[in-house]
This record gives sequence, C-alpha cells and structure tokens, in this order.
Amino acid sequence: MLERTGVPTPDHVKSATPSEQRLKQGGVAIIECFQEIPCNPCSKICPRDAILPMEDINEKPRIDFDKCNGCAICVSGCPGLAIFVVDGSYSEEEALVKLPWEFIPVPKKGDVVKTLNRAGEEIGKGRVVNVQDSKIFDRTRIIHLAVPHDQMMEVRSIDRRSING
Amino acid sequence: MINTQIAIVGGGPAGLVAALTAAELGAKVVLIEQDSALGGQLVKQTHMFFGSEKQYAGKRGVDIGLMLVDKVMKDENIEVLLDATAMGYYPDGVLGVNQLEKFIKIKPEKLVVATGASEKTIAFPNNDLPGVYGAGAVQTLMNVSGVKPGNKVLMVGAGNIGLIVSYQLMQAGVEVVAIVEGSPNIGGYLVHASKVRRMGVPILTSHTIVEALGETEVTGAVIAKMDENWNIIEGSETTYEVDTICLAVGLSPLTELVSQSGAKITYIGELSGYIPIHNEELETTVDNVYVAGDIAGVEEASSAMVEGKLAGAKAALDLGIKQETAKRIINEAHEELAQLRNGPVGERIREGIRKLGEVR
Amino acid sequence: MRIENHPILKWDKGKKVRFFFEGKELEGYETETIAAALHANGIRVLRESEELHRPRGLYCAIGNCSSCLMVVDGVPNVRVCVVKLKEGMQVQKQLGKGELPK
Repeated sequence: MLERTGVPTPDHVKSATPSEQRLKQGGVAIIECFQEIPCNPCSKICPRDAILPMEDINEKPRIDFDKCNGCAICVSGCPGLAIFVVDGSYSEEEALVKLPWEFIPVPKKGDVVKTLNRAGEEIGKGRVVNVQDSKIFDRTRIIHLAVPHDQMMEVRSIDRRSING
Repeated sequence: MINTQIAIVGGGPAGLVAALTAAELGAKVVLIEQDSALGGQLVKQTHMFFGSEKQYAGKRGVDIGLMLVDKVMKDENIEVLLDATAMGYYPDGVLGVNQLEKFIKIKPEKLVVATGASEKTIAFPNNDLPGVYGAGAVQTLMNVSGVKPGNKVLMVGAGNIGLIVSYQLMQAGVEVVAIVEGSPNIGGYLVHASKVRRMGVPILTSHTIVEALGETEVTGAVIAKMDENWNIIEGSETTYEVDTICLAVGLSPLTELVSQSGAKITYIGELSGYIPIHNEELETTVDNVYVAGDIAGVEEASSAMVEGKLAGAKAALDLGIKQETAKRIINEAHEELAQLRNGPVGERIREGIRKLGEVR
Repeated sequence: MRIENHPILKWDKGKKVRFFFEGKELEGYETETIAAALHANGIRVLRESEELHRPRGLYCAIGNCSSCLMVVDGVPNVRVCVVKLKEGMQVQKQLGKGELPK
C-alpha cells in the first residue's frame, strides 16, 4: 500500500509509536521510515544514542523511547525528513508536534496555520509555538506546532498558503 | 602534448573522487570537464544525501559538491581543464580535447572515463513542445540559474529523480499538480514519496501521459490509467492544466568516448541500457581505460563517489604507486559498494552486475 | 520567472547585462546561460523545426540533446543551454537549419 501511495498506513505508524504512557511523559521521536534503504545518519546523529546503531546500513531504524528526550536533532538530520517529535505532555488541551520544514514561507512564532495529514489533507489548525533555524540544523527548520491532542499523531505538514507573510 | 599519469574525463561525483584518490596516492592527474565549472549533478542536489558517513550522508549534495571541488582546486597534483570536451581516445593512447576552439592533446598512462548519463525521453503527441523538459533540465534551471521552469508542472516518473525534483520544484515556488508513474508501485525511496504526499501532491501509479496540449508552448497534459499489462484503459483520461511537463523517465549512460576507443559495450536493462563491459575493478576491455559512476550503470551519487574512489585507486595501483595503500582503498570501496547495494532496493543493480559478469 | 527567495540556495548572479532577443532589449546576468536568461524573461520558444515548423525549446539543458539551437551574433546552431550570456549579444530564433554567416 505504502509502495503504491507513498503514505504510511495506520499499521506502519503504530509500529513507530511508543506506549500511551510514554507519549504522555514528554517529547519523543516518531521515526516514520518503513523501507530498508542504505541510510544511517539518524543512528549517528542522536546525542543520546537513543536511535540504535545499525550493523547493516539497510536496516530500518530502531529507537529506545526511554533514552529519547525529544530534542529533535534527528528531525533535521534525517535525509528523508521522515522523523517527527511529538509531546503529549505539552498542556491539558494541546500536544506539540515538531516537524521539519524546508520551504518558503517559513512560519513565525504565533502564526495560526492549516495543518495537513500524511496524505496532504487539511485536518485542522495549529499554532506555531516556536521555529528553530539554528546553524546546526543546516536550513532544515524545525517548526513546533501546538495541535489538539487527538491530532498529535496525524499532523505532519502545513498548508503553505495558510502562512502569512 | 600534455603527458600525465592519469587523465579523468568528467568532473562530477565519480570523477572528482577519482581525481582526489589518485592524487592523494601521489599520481599526477588531469581532470577534464566540459562545463565551465566542476561538480556535475552534485551542484543541483539541495537535499541531504543517503548512504553512510563514508559517503557524506546527511550532508546536502550541493555542499558535498562544493567541498570536493574545493579540495580538487587546491590539490597540486590535479590539473583541471574546464570548458574542455574530450573528443576521442586514439590507438596511440592520445586523448584529443577541445577547449574553447583550441585543440589539446593529452597522453595519459591511464584514462578514467566518468562521463555520467543523459536524460531519456518518452514518446507521446506534442512531446516536442517548449515546456516539455527533462528532470535534470528542470533542476539545472532552478538550482543552478535560479529560474523557474514554469508555474504549474506535471511530473512523469516516480523514481528518485521524479520525487526529488518534484520536491525541489515546490522549494522553488512552483506548483506540482501530480506525479504520474507507469508502474503499479513507486520506484523511488518511499520517504521521498511521503515528503511530497504530505504537501498535497498526488502520486498516480499505473498512470501515464498520453498527450501534451498547446500550440506554441505546453498549456496542458492528458493522462490516463493503465491496466496490469500497461494498456491504456479507455475513458480513463484526465486533463491537467499545466505549463510544464517534466519527464523523469530514466537516464542513459554516456558511453561515446569509451565506445569510440574500442571498448566493448553491452546492453543490460538493469543498469539502464548500453554500458561499457567492465570488471569489478572498473577496467574496460581496452587496456588502461577505466570507468566510474553512472557511465558504468545508472545508480546513485553515493555509489558514483565510491566507484570514483575505486577507479582512482586502481589506476594508481596499475601505475605501481603506493600499492599497499591503493589495494586497501580498493577493498574499502568494495565494502562500501556492497553496503550500498545489499539491501532490497539494491536488487536491480545486483542483478545487472550479475548479468555483466556473465557477459564478460 | 526568477526565483526571488529559496529555502536552501542563494545565487551570486554577478553583473547584469543587456542583450537582444529578436531585436528586443532584455536583461540577464553574465554568469547565466543564454537559455536561463531567456527563460527568466518568460521566453521558452527558441526555434522552429525544419519541415513542420514546429516550435521547439529546451529539453536537457546540459548540451546533449540539440533541442535549444539558436542563432547567436549571426552564428547558427548555438547550444544556448551551455553558452553564457554576454553584454550586447544578439539572439534569434533559428528557423530550420539556420544559415552559416557569410
């Protein structure tokens, strides 16, 4: 299915998601990379070694959710831009989604934007809480979006046309 | 006549690394590039590369290019000829080069040909209209010249190039209305596909383009669905309003120089067409002539760089230079290529290499 | 059709130059190819095919395919996708095979 559409299925996503308990504890990386391709930067870039080393660089990435603290360095380091950080502990009403962004315009803190799911369909709105654009991210900006809790595992992109300026 | 130890034709990823490897081993190298700048296709790749740290994974292709070019320009063992087209390699071992209407003769002891590959096209009515462009052409316009190829694009082909160029088009502010792919499955890395799907670009597999519309330029494209036997399903046509149709339908190795030199060429579909027959150490059937990169079979930039390393080291080894180190580098290169090719996505290449082994 | 802003790339275009397409004065940059400069000015139709007079433009943009041949300063069959722009260049659509300058 993924091979036909390019969109990860709910089963794929489930395989990358930690327990409900872990999601509520704080930021954690969700690695949406479901194909064996020769690629290992994620396992090399994690400062806490939460992404496990690969014997064969074609292995799919594996993550130790307990070692991960949701710092999002892997979000900018993944050549496929396939990693997202979610934080279910953000607030009572909202969860945080940190996603990679390599387009213009770049949203600003405070912007309210239309959010899209993995199939590019509009599913609601998100509030830009922060935009990381430091040199170590090498032009892959990390956007921190506050979204409704039940959309934390669905919001994966932004409608560019809904970004002001 | 310029006498040198190793001449390398092609200053893309394979040629650059071949030059650096040979020069580091102590060989005198002349690097010949037909464009006015080195870098080949690297300079157009805005995305981070895959592979391992040995192939600079995680670094943007354009930056890998800048880094390699910088190293080459600073290397005293490498002489660079730009705007220089290799015209032929003659039985007396002379390479003729045309540099801005000046004819230069080079006599290398070893010749590495790393001329890459060129865009294929597909046949459909009006495929010759202005606005029907190869994917590489679109990349060149956008990323080298900073010019949009158009405003609304239909992408044909969902291999890595089709997916990556669709993404780059969006980065350049151009709308991609859809990607059509003839196969039932997406051919490129699925993470590349996911990146464009979540930006709202549909990927239509088992679809093909049947006609381009327009009088003087492209104004639209008609696509249709195909059945399992790749036959068009009648009545399934849809028309898109676009001003650009981008064809990412594969590359053909540029083998003219090697072929002219007398090397045997063979057809292997898995390696993208006619390629020079070569062995595991990238030697062709002509003495002293080696190949590296897409000319030896269209693959990825990461494998092109490793093949460049292999060919550069092999050429130096055959000159008798630093043999122990050269052999070590060749072994390392083989290990890296195996790493890159041993997964499921490397199956086609492995099959092609197996067939090449039978033909040899 | 120039890209004003890009999330990853920056271009140092160098000096602006004036050139002519079919007698009309246009602007471009000395670091870019004639094809890119024409494109930036919205011009994508570069020549006409010999027998059926079909409009033709770029295809490969790297000098391999012969689709972009134009007459530049009176000289035909110039691959405008690889030749850089110069101040005062006269660029014309090539009709068919073009004519060698006398």
